[in-house]
Amino acid sequence: MNTSQAKKSNTRSKMKVSDEIVIEISNMNKWFGHFHVLRDIDLVVNKGERIVICGPSGSGKSTLIRCINRLEEHQKGIIKVDDVELNDDVKKIDKIRSEVGMVFQSFNLFPHLSALENCTLAPVWVRKMSKKEADELAMKYLEIVKIPEQALKYPGQLSGGQQQRVAIARALCMEPKIMLFDEPTSALDPEMIKEVLDTMIELAEDGMTMIVVTHEMGFARKVANRVIFMDEGQIIEQNSPNEFFNNPKSDRTKLFLSQIIDH
Amino acid sequence: MESSYSFVRKSIVNEQPPPLTQVGITGWLWRNLFSSMSNFSSISSSILSILMISLTIWLLYFCGGLIYSFIDFAILSAVFADPDGIKRKVCATVKQGGELPADWYGACWPFIFAKKKFLIYGRIPTEELWRANLVYAALVIGMGYVMWEKGKARKWVGLCMLTVFPVVSLILLTGANFDINTSLFIWTGILFIISYILGFLSARNYLGEILEQFSILFNFISIILFSFFILLVLFAFDYGLAPIDTLDWGGLLLTLLIAITGIVASLPFGVLLALGRRSDMPIARLLCTMFIEFWRGIPLITVLFAASVLIPLFLPSGADVDKLLRAVIGIILFSSAYMAEVIRGGLQAIPRGQYESASAVGLSYSQSMRFIILPQALTHVLPGIVNTFIGLFKDTTLVSIIGIFEVMGILRSASQDANWGSHVQHSTSYLVAATVFFIFCFGMSRYSIFIENKLSRENK
Repeated sequence: MNTSQAKKSNTRSKMKVSDEIVIEISNMNKWFGHFHVLRDIDLVVNKGERIVICGPSGSGKSTLIRCINRLEEHQKGIIKVDDVELNDDVKKIDKIRSEVGMVFQSFNLFPHLSALENCTLAPVWVRKMSKKEADELAMKYLEIVKIPEQALKYPGQLSGGQQQRVAIARALCMEPKIMLFDEPTSALDPEMIKEVLDTMIELAEDGMTMIVVTHEMGFARKVANRVIFMDEGQIIEQNSPNEFFNNPKSDRTKLFLSQIIDH
Repeated sequence: MESSYSFVRKSIVNEQPPPLTQVGITGWLWRNLFSSMSNFSSISSSILSILMISLTIWLLYFCGGLIYSFIDFAILSAVFADPDGIKRKVCATVKQGGELPADWYGACWPFIFAKKKFLIYGRIPTEELWRANLVYAALVIGMGYVMWEKGKARKWVGLCMLTVFPVVSLILLTGANFDINTSLFIWTGILFIISYILGFLSARNYLGEILEQFSILFNFISIILFSFFILLVLFAFDYGLAPIDTLDWGGLLLTLLIAITGIVASLPFGVLLALGRRSDMPIARLLCTMFIEFWRGIPLITVLFAASVLIPLFLPSGADVDKLLRAVIGIILFSSAYMAEVIRGGLQAIPRGQYESASAVGLSYSQSMRFIILPQALTHVLPGIVNTFIGLFKDTTLVSIIGIFEVMGILRSASQDANWGSHVQHSTSYLVAATVFFIFCFGMSRYSIFIENKLSRENK
């Protein structure tokens, strides 16, 4: 075992997975019009798990995690988040959304608010915190993502990597139990990918339950305790990162891995 | 073999001053005047340059002539004073019985001075003018304070200008002490209670998801009904003021009253209609679309005629709604439809990601509209909103055709006064009307540009 591998396993051993189930998806199906995007999805996520979802574009990875906080509606099957079943009940949806944080590929910061205001808006209006408490909370998380000095700047004045870190801080300010990342580094320059990934690694080390759609295989090897491969709306393979990368079972996975490693 | 494109710089080039065509006065002249008309490098650009030079010379000549004849009419040839009080004769030519040369053509300012009370207040009795003056003073001071950057209580003064000021102004201008039907009180009260309960329940989601999105509407209606109830009480009270008929209001006072009411009311209505038209609820969408398309589809003149002639025919006898009020309501509905479409344009410019991230952090529909979507959408379409305001301000002139005398109407009727009959009164009146409208519209336009710059400074 070389040193980098030793370091990796060391990092991962710090992150514990508990037996408590936080997300339970069973036999879930979704259609966009006639198009069957998600087919018979079964997935159980335990507290503290770091799951990386990968797969070719159009395979339904983003749609799957967007179903978890009801940005997309599923048509069949059951999704339970924190033992609350997702249905048309607006109150339940609001409750789940305040417990599930989401980070988007295109950051989606509110451009008319400063970084700090981006972070404090939801705590003040959803959690009914006082302005002062919310400011302190936001500064705490802006420090965690290492940009407290940018707090008063507007998103337009920040680099892509900084914007994405503000977006992570904004999601964390709701103190969520689960964090969803929808290709968080795909819109970033290579130099900025690292700063965002470092933030996410720290988050994982602190025990956050994370579901990450990404093509960063290095991140998957280093942080994930489970890698899920999706194609044509189905979960084709899921395994520990070691097994997944070194000994893929399905031909489709082998083809996908050979394609991303060739480049 | 050494490749031919290989290159290594030996010395670093230092910063050099820009050419004269880029900076200073010469740069400005070059960029704004000569760059478009001094390119003779090819036949086509030479032709273009010659055309541009001719156009510039012609424009200078034409504008010069125009400005001169304007100054000539308004100042050089104008009559300013009527020391002997001879009225029409002071502005009459020899042929018309006056002393001015036969080809004289200039503004007759004594006529405007003599009519200035009409121009500013309409036919409000002289002993009651203090009430109108009070309204003017409050308007100027209040708006001035709200626009003053350093004002500490701007928010509160602004709120007063939107709530207390209109009520007090209306009480002052009408004299209040109206005879109001008791059943109107009762019905308003009952409807308010119903809509308040509906709003309360739907906002807390006791009535199902479908009605949840209507909670804003219910709350809005209950606020309107509540204010209406308070207004009824306030206007039924006797303050000891002599009553003034709304048809005696006129001139600038009336223009400002109609325009400001229309502007202030059409913005919130427009926002609601725009949100309704983009809502997921088919019924709300259909109703809003129908409302917008109906009011956009008919000319304002038709609306005003309907308000003044048709509505009284449909109302039961005895139920009399003031003619001015009918006209103002017509204008508000009309301009709300336009405003809704402007705001809808702004809503469409907001990327889907903003809605998604607003809901992902847990904001409700009304919160995400209030804090995320509308602030951005309204900023995007500020020029369009002000454009609609300016259009509305000028459209108030149309009420003169139903016998309500705002600036334009009062000037037109004043210029028919036989005591002042002369061939220049119409031109003078139109010049004054144009100036009044230009001052207000240009003011609005400049203020909106100031706000735009301020917002873009803050967000960049």
